[in-house]
Amino acid sequence: MSDLTRLSATELASLIGTKEVSAVEVATAHLDRIAAVDERVHAFLHVDREGALAAAAAVDRGEITGPLAGVPIAVKDVVTTKGIPTTAASKILEGWRPPYDATIVERLKAAGMPILGKTNMDEFAMGSSTEYSAYGPTNNPWDLGRIPGGSGGGSAAALAAYEAPLAIGTDTGGSIRQPGAVTGTVGAKPTYGGTSRYGLIAFSSSLDTPGPCGRTVEDTALLHAVIAGHDPRDSTSIPQPVPDVVAAARRGATGDLTGVKLGLVKEFAGDGSEPGVTAAFRESLEALVKLGAEVVEVSCPNFQYALPAYYLIAPSECSSNLARFDGVRYGLRTGDDGSRSLEEVMSLTRDEGFGPEVKRRIILGTYALSSGYYDAYYGQAQKVRTLITRDFQAAFEQVDVLVSPTTPFVAFPFGSRTSDPYQMYLADLFTIPTNLYGGPAISVPCGLSEGLPVGFQIMAPTMADDRMYRVAAALESAVGTFTPPAL
Amino acid sequence: MAAISREEVAHLARLSRLAVTEEELDRFAGQLDVILQSVARVGEVAAEDIPPTSHSVPLTNVYREDVPTPSLAQDAALSGAPDAYEGRFRVPRILDEED
Repeated sequence: MSDLTRLSATELASLIGTKEVSAVEVATAHLDRIAAVDERVHAFLHVDREGALAAAAAVDRGEITGPLAGVPIAVKDVVTTKGIPTTAASKILEGWRPPYDATIVERLKAAGMPILGKTNMDEFAMGSSTEYSAYGPTNNPWDLGRIPGGSGGGSAAALAAYEAPLAIGTDTGGSIRQPGAVTGTVGAKPTYGGTSRYGLIAFSSSLDTPGPCGRTVEDTALLHAVIAGHDPRDSTSIPQPVPDVVAAARRGATGDLTGVKLGLVKEFAGDGSEPGVTAAFRESLEALVKLGAEVVEVSCPNFQYALPAYYLIAPSECSSNLARFDGVRYGLRTGDDGSRSLEEVMSLTRDEGFGPEVKRRIILGTYALSSGYYDAYYGQAQKVRTLITRDFQAAFEQVDVLVSPTTPFVAFPFGSRTSDPYQMYLADLFTIPTNLYGGPAISVPCGLSEGLPVGFQIMAPTMADDRMYRVAAALESAVGTFTPPAL
Repeated sequence: MAAISREEVAHLARLSRLAVTEEELDRFAGQLDVILQSVARVGEVAAEDIPPTSHSVPLTNVYREDVPTPSLAQDAALSGAPDAYEGRFRVPRILDEED
């Protein structure tokens, strides 16, 4: 086999299943690729060579079988992995090795998927560019001077750089889909509650959703099927069967969308998207119409309030969730020289351990939750959430899925938006409504603008994840996949 | 009119147990002011009769059968702690000497 790292997860699984290649060979090829290119890409914060090879050897011995047995995977560093350093890209957790696995990691291991390592991200998943990692940014394989999206920039870049065939991300406001869009890869946010949050380092608990990232829609669906499903350890996990997303992807790949109604959100027009993004999106829409789909314009009047509501809800929940990083039970402790009180040590620890975006959001959240402002900010934001949910429900009475560009702009150069946080937040303009509603959404590469990838977003009703995979696979069959320049 | 002052940011930082620097106070005050003015639009739409949504799925308390089951071992629970003493987390002192 010439280059195993260029193959899809589906192809790799087939070759391993028929014993044409061994799982150890596949893992080794990816570990070698990481060693060769990651100094330039910096997708990984930690590589677990020994663990990955041991897991692969178990597959080769026939101890584990399954649709993705032996296919290696990269895991975002906000997901706990027993014995493997997990930092959420923060100094406050530097060197921490969790004593337990997240449920989705248990499922990856049970499926025989060797974990290559932990991928870079914005600190505690707060950001849209991976520039807020405490360990330095990840570079976009399409142009190393540009951002790979965030917060899951490491996972997306690992795929685009052929360092891993599959990856795990988490999506709170678009952190799987937006990196997918700007790296030319596929990223899916499952229905909230469709994948377990047990073992995720929480950012915004009512929004955080772990999900699959791949280079093709079918690969992404296969991984989705591995990690999804009810988890009794998560009180928000939905006790219902997961729809058959793999069958839906395969059906979509036949290129027939007869009878499928696509909803175009009226309020997303004139949103300031780059012309190249709009052009690629429109061309893709025409391609879907040629496959038999019908386009219907729908109105979601409250979507314009999604971004403001999100930037009150998410920081509020973060200010509460991150209270646990106090220098007592795990991670960093600063200033404990015997002369300072517990409170002083906590403050110094948190000041040194947290980066600027995390501090900004903790302070914003503390403000929004404080007495006198709660009703005006947090309470109002939760009402907006109701209105956005109603918009989605009304739209899905008219159409099967909603579609939009994933992000208003292609990958931007490093540093170009960090001085103005609200400009950075606009990167998630199209992705956030879905998080507030809780439904699934996927980003699929749909073209290039100025030589950089553009993403096409498909949003579906809650627990109808299969619907979005069908349309996504059909789009992929029409427009193909996009390969970055050689590194 | 500024929605948030430098003094308020300092107060919020104290509440959040964040020992921010003078330079950070200046920077955050400016940035939070812009953010708050942008997000204040949520007040435009949601009327009194709209119920709030805290989660998109109904929450169910998670209980297990009330029988002893294996949990994290003590050494595993303490493995990530910055300091431990005789099988417990060691924390900085809470009381002043005169207390």
